[in-house]
Amino acid sequence: MQDFLQHMINGLSLGSIYALIALGYTMVYGILQMINFAHSDVYMVGAFAAFYAAKWLGIENSPGFSTLIILLLVSMITCSLLALAIERLAYRPLRKAPKLNILITAIGVSLLLEYSGQVIFGADPKVFPEVLNDSILAEIGIVQLKLSDVTVLGVSIVAMLVLHWLIQSTKVGKAMRAVSLNANVASLLGINVNRIISFTFIIGSSLAGIGSVLVGMKYPKIEPLMGMMIGLKAFVAAVLGGIGSVPGAVLGGIMMGLSEEMVVGYLSSTYRDALAFGILIVVLIFKPSGLFGKSSVEKV
Amino acid sequence: MTKMTTFLMGTVLALGMTFLGCTKNDNMILVGEFGSLTGGQATFGISTNKGIKMALDEINEKGGVKGKKIKLITEDNQGKTEEAAASVTRLITQNKVIAIIGEVASGRSKAAAPIAQEHGIPMISPSSTNPDVTKIGDYIFRVCFIDPFQGFVMAKFATENLKAKKAAIMRSVGNEYSVGLADVFAADFKKLGGEIVADLSYQDNDVDFKAQLTQLRSKAPDVIFVPGYYTEVGLIAQQAKSLGIKAPLLGGDGWDSPKLHEIGKEAINGHYFSNHYTTESTDPVVVEFIKKFQEKYKETPDGLAALGYDAAKVLAQAMERAPELNSKAIRDEIAKTKDFVGVTGKITINAERNAVKSAVVVQVDGPKRKYVTTISP
Repeated sequence: MQDFLQHMINGLSLGSIYALIALGYTMVYGILQMINFAHSDVYMVGAFAAFYAAKWLGIENSPGFSTLIILLLVSMITCSLLALAIERLAYRPLRKAPKLNILITAIGVSLLLEYSGQVIFGADPKVFPEVLNDSILAEIGIVQLKLSDVTVLGVSIVAMLVLHWLIQSTKVGKAMRAVSLNANVASLLGINVNRIISFTFIIGSSLAGIGSVLVGMKYPKIEPLMGMMIGLKAFVAAVLGGIGSVPGAVLGGIMMGLSEEMVVGYLSSTYRDALAFGILIVVLIFKPSGLFGKSSVEKV
Repeated sequence: MTKMTTFLMGTVLALGMTFLGCTKNDNMILVGEFGSLTGGQATFGISTNKGIKMALDEINEKGGVKGKKIKLITEDNQGKTEEAAASVTRLITQNKVIAIIGEVASGRSKAAAPIAQEHGIPMISPSSTNPDVTKIGDYIFRVCFIDPFQGFVMAKFATENLKAKKAAIMRSVGNEYSVGLADVFAADFKKLGGEIVADLSYQDNDVDFKAQLTQLRSKAPDVIFVPGYYTEVGLIAQQAKSLGIKAPLLGGDGWDSPKLHEIGKEAINGHYFSNHYTTESTDPVVVEFIKKFQEKYKETPDGLAALGYDAAKVLAQAMERAPELNSKAIRDEIAKTKDFVGVTGKITINAERNAVKSAVVVQVDGPKRKYVTTISP
């Protein structure tokens, strides 16, 4: 029982990170119907931005909440700018082209970032600076609730609540929903579709930036290929929740994190990745629209 | 420019290069090295490369081998198995090296060895400890001990020095080195009267080990054997500490890297691993080696640098003894190596082309390695 509780804590904190990254996939899909494969590499660049920022600012050895906030901001801004550039240079020229072209371009951008990352940052893993002085907040028997786990969960929840408010209660959010329903009609009604799409990219990648700092804090090893696996898992989480659906991505991420943790805890680590991609296959066979997705008839 | 002139210029250039190549080959002995200079195990390749370079520089300063200088050609395989095979093929067929030094990781040595064997090029692995590596053929050697011995050393150390009764294992499945050590440790620990309470697995490049560690915590082992590589071990140590696990972690030479402490921070302190040599040794050969290495690279050599150094020296000596400089003659002489006084101990190559030597157990203390004990075969 105590083990189960510990697995729950571990799984929730892992799952909330998956959820943050899954949101980026799902938002871009919702608005452009494209899978932004470069998303996980934007996340990687965010981690490195935070790493170098900590070095330059000399705060790599002064853990605390101010450090966390500075690094979160640096990472969010870097990710946003990078995603904006990618959208402007690689995706926008292809907006009218067949969907496959833009998908292949996304894979190309992803590879470009991964391998330039190896050239620029070096391929060997770097050690992420200590962001928080970890301490035990509560202890039940041998089950420990750590400050780092609570922070990961807390930051993720705040980020998701802000996102929810943005989408549901602001003018930009309303415009985003309109564009995702029908971009042409939205533009007829005076919505600047290009600006809304850029905005979506900014928000999605800011969330990835947050995720990258949280991951760096939890697992202090960063490398240029770090986005590959976590990106695929987050993508599966987005599909599980129903790609295009914001609450779906959150739920999918949490479910992925929890089930992975349980499988490794009670079965074997060998099944960790098998489980993730097993879920993907099962969802695609039985409920391709995911938990919250709307199955829509292809418009002719 | 017309097509004709381009063609002519190309031909001239190509011919020129062929001649250049010839002159170079005549008064140089080409030795190849392949290693992971980048990637997740980059410090392995970099350390080994530094050791080899230092040995060859020393030899070249003293006039080289048979009056010829040795030239080292290094290929980076980024820590990838398929790259290892490709880079050795390149070294042999394009660079025409006479002998090869490499690799650290057993998996990559095993990928490259069949190619060296097929072309009849002797290959010395400085630090691949998996027994199967040298079984590939009679051109494949090593200057380090093998996994069964490391597993035995840590099992003996756990029962005799730490008085452990219950041990848990965390092995990296898919990593032959790790699985080899874990199997031998489990068998020997049981033989010595201990009990294996948990045998869990992870994979290289994993970053989250909390699920396994939580499961392991409830079994309350006296020691935890983690025969992995430094990146994962550093993270495991941190997460074990954060889950309140106090049992010492034990490991093999895969821990040996300056990055171990950078990643594991203070969580890695106090844990033990078996290694090829210790910087605390008072042996004049070792003291001299460490002094020269620090002068050259401004850092303390790890075990892999020492093994790289020994591998290059063993090869150079064999070349010097060989009646003529061809791969076959060099192979025969490497096989005859006996009581070679190296930094990592006295090296004798046995009939299985493995080195017979003792191992040391060290305790991690920040960037330092405290010498604990020596365990002989």
